[in-house]
Amino acid sequence: MLKVSNLTVRIQNQPILDDISFKLKKGTTLAIVGPNGAGKSVLFKALLNLIPYTGNIEWSGKVKIGYVPQNLTAGDIPISVREFLAFKGCPGIEGCLDTVGLVDESIMDKRLGTLSGGQFQRVLIAWAIHDGPNVLLFDEPTSAVDIDNEEAIYEMLNRLEKENEITVLIISHDIHLIRDYSEYMLALNRKMIFFGESERVVEPAILKMIYGNEVLLVRHAKGDRNV
Amino acid sequence: MMMAVLIPGLLTVISVGLSAGYLGSLMVLKKMSLVGDALSHVALPGLALGILLNFNPFIGAFAILFGSAAIIWRLERITRLSFETIVGAIFTLALAVGILIIPEVDLLEALFGNIASVTYIDGLVAIIVSAMAIFLTRIIYSKFVMGMISEELAKSTGINIDRINLIYLLLVSLTVASGIKIVGSLLVGFLVVVPAATAKTLSPNLQRYSILSSFFGAVSGTSGVLLSNFTGLPTGPLVVVSGVTVFVAVALIRWATKYTP
Repeated sequence: MLKVSNLTVRIQNQPILDDISFKLKKGTTLAIVGPNGAGKSVLFKALLNLIPYTGNIEWSGKVKIGYVPQNLTAGDIPISVREFLAFKGCPGIEGCLDTVGLVDESIMDKRLGTLSGGQFQRVLIAWAIHDGPNVLLFDEPTSAVDIDNEEAIYEMLNRLEKENEITVLIISHDIHLIRDYSEYMLALNRKMIFFGESERVVEPAILKMIYGNEVLLVRHAKGDRNV
Repeated sequence: MMMAVLIPGLLTVISVGLSAGYLGSLMVLKKMSLVGDALSHVALPGLALGILLNFNPFIGAFAILFGSAAIIWRLERITRLSFETIVGAIFTLALAVGILIIPEVDLLEALFGNIASVTYIDGLVAIIVSAMAIFLTRIIYSKFVMGMISEELAKSTGINIDRINLIYLLLVSLTVASGIKIVGSLLVGFLVVVPAATAKTLSPNLQRYSILSSFFGAVSGTSGVLLSNFTGLPTGPLVVVSGVTVFVAVALIRWATKYTP
């Protein structure tokens, strides 16, 4: 589905991504991890062709990308959920918000800025998926969401991936969610640190490679959390 | 003044009020209120040239505004400074140059507007310009808002944000230029800012926000012109006083009824 070779991005002559290469099969999920400033969001921008880069990005077949960027805020803009969705041609609740588990119709007339973190994230996902993309790019989709909602959102993404054979690329910090909901993992810190199966993320050697020092996984009531 | 004499002024102020309110709703969202205000000062040298060289001051004002808007747009792209900073850097210069070259007898009128100087031609120009500005802004409205919510999201759907910013600045220039004769160069920016600020406190969605903003623009303009006619005082300041009265009244009603949109 996607073949990235020797991808390098420079911003103001500083290398932000350096010589990244990986391949991804159709219908799989790739989790992208790395510290702040590692170039994760920049990788998405390169994949979306929003910034100049060198190297190659090849999509096989006809690609239609749904994208949810990081730190998106409606703030005090008086835009209703309906108006936001209508922008992408999704004015009705049927088949648009149902798929993301928002069944309460009154939400359509709420101001986007007044939604809870979980509701807002679901609306964004609805926005990204409603016109049938075959690739989804999610930049930390659950950063403003509590743990229960976080799991529910990942489960929903997983279901969408299975039902529609969508290829998902997701930036995440959560080792537990990466292991449970993605097949492959790409660890970045400007350069490529690791690319392989996500199951291996719990191996101490891999964790050390990603985070640079000893990391311990502890069992939480809600599952494993990296600390 | 007879009602018939008032007609060109009313036509002008209603159409400019509607379009300035509509365009201003975007400016307030983008937190560029000062840009609208300052941009109107930039028109003063153009107005002065029109008076000195004996051509329609609207053309002079528009030419200078249009040129400045294009320069501001270009500088924003090159320097990545905010519009507010760039406009702030050049508007005082424009005001100073305008005041230096405008004949003293015309200065007060250029700064604060005069309803008596507005002709039917001015009214017709204002109607055409406003209709065009509203029509074109309607096309870019949701794209502009999407760019504010997330530039990346907008770009990923194929929106050319730079082009939309340029179109918007040009439309603001046109609208401001057509309102300058009646409200005055110093105060016309008010019509872009205060009606939208009033509407924002009452709106749960963009549709109501943009309609209310246009409505408050037209109401402020009309009451200002009528008050100016009855009192013989300059139009511009009375338009401002009317608009701010509406703003305060709405704020008080909101406070009393605890209304949140």
